[in-house]
Amino acid sequence: MENIFNVVPLEHFVLLSLALFCIGMVGVLLRRNMIVVFMSIELMLNAVNLLAVAFSAHRGDSGGQVFVFFVMVVAAAEVALGLAILVMIYRNVKSVDINALKQLKW
Amino acid sequence: MLPVSAVLASKFRLTQDKFMENLIWLIPILPLLGFFILGLGASKLPKGLAGIVGCATILIAFALSLGLAGSVFASGKLEQTLFNWVSSGAWTVDFGFLVDPLSLIMMLVITGVGALIHIYSTGYMHDDERHNYFFAYLNLFVFFMLLLVMSNNYLLLFAGWEGVGLCSYLLIGFWFKVDEYNEAAKKAFVMNRIGDLGFLLGLFLILVNFGTLNYDGVFDSTVLSQIPVGTLTAITLLFIVGAAGKSAQIPLYTWLPDAMAGPTPVSALIHAATMVTAGIYLTIRSHALFDLAPISMEVLTYLGLATSIFAATIGLKQNDIKKVLAYSTVSQLGLMFFALGMGAYVAAFFHLVTHAFFKALLFLGAGSVIHGLGGEQDIRKMGALRKVLPITFIVFLIGTLAIAGIPPFAGFVSKDQILLAAYEKSPLLFALGVFASLLTVFYMFRMFFLVFYGQNRVNHDTLHHAHESPLSMTLPLGILAGLSVVGGILNWPSLMGGGDWLQHTLSGVLGTPEGTEHAHAISASTEWTLMAIVVALVVVVIGLAYSIYVNRNTVPVEDEDEAGFGRILSHKYFVDELYAALFVKPTQAISEWFGRIVDPKILDGAINGIGQSILTMGSVLKNIQQGAVGLYLFVFAVGIIILLALQILF
Repeated sequence: MENIFNVVPLEHFVLLSLALFCIGMVGVLLRRNMIVVFMSIELMLNAVNLLAVAFSAHRGDSGGQVFVFFVMVVAAAEVALGLAILVMIYRNVKSVDINALKQLKW
Repeated sequence: MLPVSAVLASKFRLTQDKFMENLIWLIPILPLLGFFILGLGASKLPKGLAGIVGCATILIAFALSLGLAGSVFASGKLEQTLFNWVSSGAWTVDFGFLVDPLSLIMMLVITGVGALIHIYSTGYMHDDERHNYFFAYLNLFVFFMLLLVMSNNYLLLFAGWEGVGLCSYLLIGFWFKVDEYNEAAKKAFVMNRIGDLGFLLGLFLILVNFGTLNYDGVFDSTVLSQIPVGTLTAITLLFIVGAAGKSAQIPLYTWLPDAMAGPTPVSALIHAATMVTAGIYLTIRSHALFDLAPISMEVLTYLGLATSIFAATIGLKQNDIKKVLAYSTVSQLGLMFFALGMGAYVAAFFHLVTHAFFKALLFLGAGSVIHGLGGEQDIRKMGALRKVLPITFIVFLIGTLAIAGIPPFAGFVSKDQILLAAYEKSPLLFALGVFASLLTVFYMFRMFFLVFYGQNRVNHDTLHHAHESPLSMTLPLGILAGLSVVGGILNWPSLMGGGDWLQHTLSGVLGTPEGTEHAHAISASTEWTLMAIVVALVVVVIGLAYSIYVNRNTVPVEDEDEAGFGRILSHKYFVDELYAALFVKPTQAISEWFGRIVDPKILDGAINGIGQSILTMGSVLKNIQQGAVGLYLFVFAVGIIILLALQILF
């Protein structure tokens, strides 16, 4: 089998995942809709996953890929939990704006 | 036939001795066991059973000690190591026992006199609500005292030394509802602590210079010869400080008269017969050190002599029956230190043993008087009690004659040997020693006549209820009276056809070779003359006391009416007042200052200040937490970027 890195160099994977991560981070910082923020977080997570898989393949060490499976499983659980929390917040404050919860302080 | 049986007999003896040897540890453990049974079951055990447990443990310990006597006197010493107690770097201390004639005789006195006093206490303390605790404490005391004398190293001795101090404290303050008694207990404890500190420093010095605390290692003559005399003098002087605390010598004696606050059996056991002699035991045990430190010996001599005379003069004007005996104890202990200082270890130890007999007898006799009169202790309110308390009268007479030194009572023989040793040293010391013992004779007979002769000054109600003590009290009195009569046999001088048994027995311990110990510098005729002079003087003094207190019926005046020197004496030379002004008041003033300024302002201020500053800081910093999730995320991201930047740059 031909090595994928002969077709797509490693740098491209790194740049892609960096771009994805930055998009996700900007989304988290700038958007105020909780669902969008949440989606942005998932984007960052998957950027990291991509990077891990790319390096794993490059080094010929399957450990990184195995680890990514774990991350995906945990992320699935986290999504379920996070969305449940969002639903509960919406039911309580009738809003999905992250600034709606300002009273959570001392 | 004969050889076979002889072999068998020797074999049997061997196994028997080995058997006893292996039981050494039982002797101290039994009283400890008694303490746990009585202490833990105090609220449940009936009084009778508690008394039996208390007495039985001591009696069995006494029997075991007796069982050891044969092999100890034959072989010189027995040793038993139970386990390794402390092990630190190069030095180790074993939990080990050493039973030689010195410690064995101490053990016999402690358990023997102790058992008698336990039996006496079953009668004396019968109506006390804390009867069971009393026996628990007494048993604990006997345990620690046995530990003290049976130890084979200084550390274990120190453990016992501290333990008896604790028991003394507990028992002086036994009736803790009376505030004055608590004060007395505290006083005893604090005074003893001062002495203990000296003793402890002495132990440290030994450890530094000898590298061990075991008797074997310290008394090794090759090791001893390499230690400079200055160091030995320092060690022994510190030991004297410890001994002065425990054995009530100047300047630490003031706790002992106050310790009479405890129940009378306690005064007899702890503050007359056993605990207060620990200082003398320590000195004899450490004689190898003292022998090489002449300055310390001088200090011992004059300290003992001064204490003896000082306490005896105070005793002349005391009107509390137990206080008289207390000062007499201080005075007699002083006499023992006097003897120790002159190197007359055997005479001192002999006096220790006979003193244990007759002083315990006198205290228990006084207890019997107090018990019979329903708690009255003032000899001015007694008088003519010989008809009311006939048995007590007889035993008290024997005790008084013994302490006065009338032949052939025990006190005569032992005191005579001390005075003889003084005469060998110098006639002046002899004269001063005689003076001290004549003072003793006077105040003892003053008390005796005031209590048992003259006019009856007991108030009518008390006299109506006055009664002789029960058998449980008179039996120990009888036995002790017997011992006070014949106790002199232990070391009956060869001059009077005796065998100097104690002298021979202790020669192994004291390292004096057989035969040389009796190289008296004075001839037999001088000895007889001195003896006759002393006895004649004693009789004259008794006659003097008789004429004052019986013929003329003099009754001591009230303390306030005392004038001149008598006033100074009845106020005990104002030593307590002096100590109060010099030490107690300044300490209290400093404590008060600390309590008023340092504790609330500085210490509390620091602690509260720390708490307050944290609160203030929190109330400022909490404003950062605004609840805006977007801001948090922003700070979070910026923080990570900064960290990463730092990581890359540096």
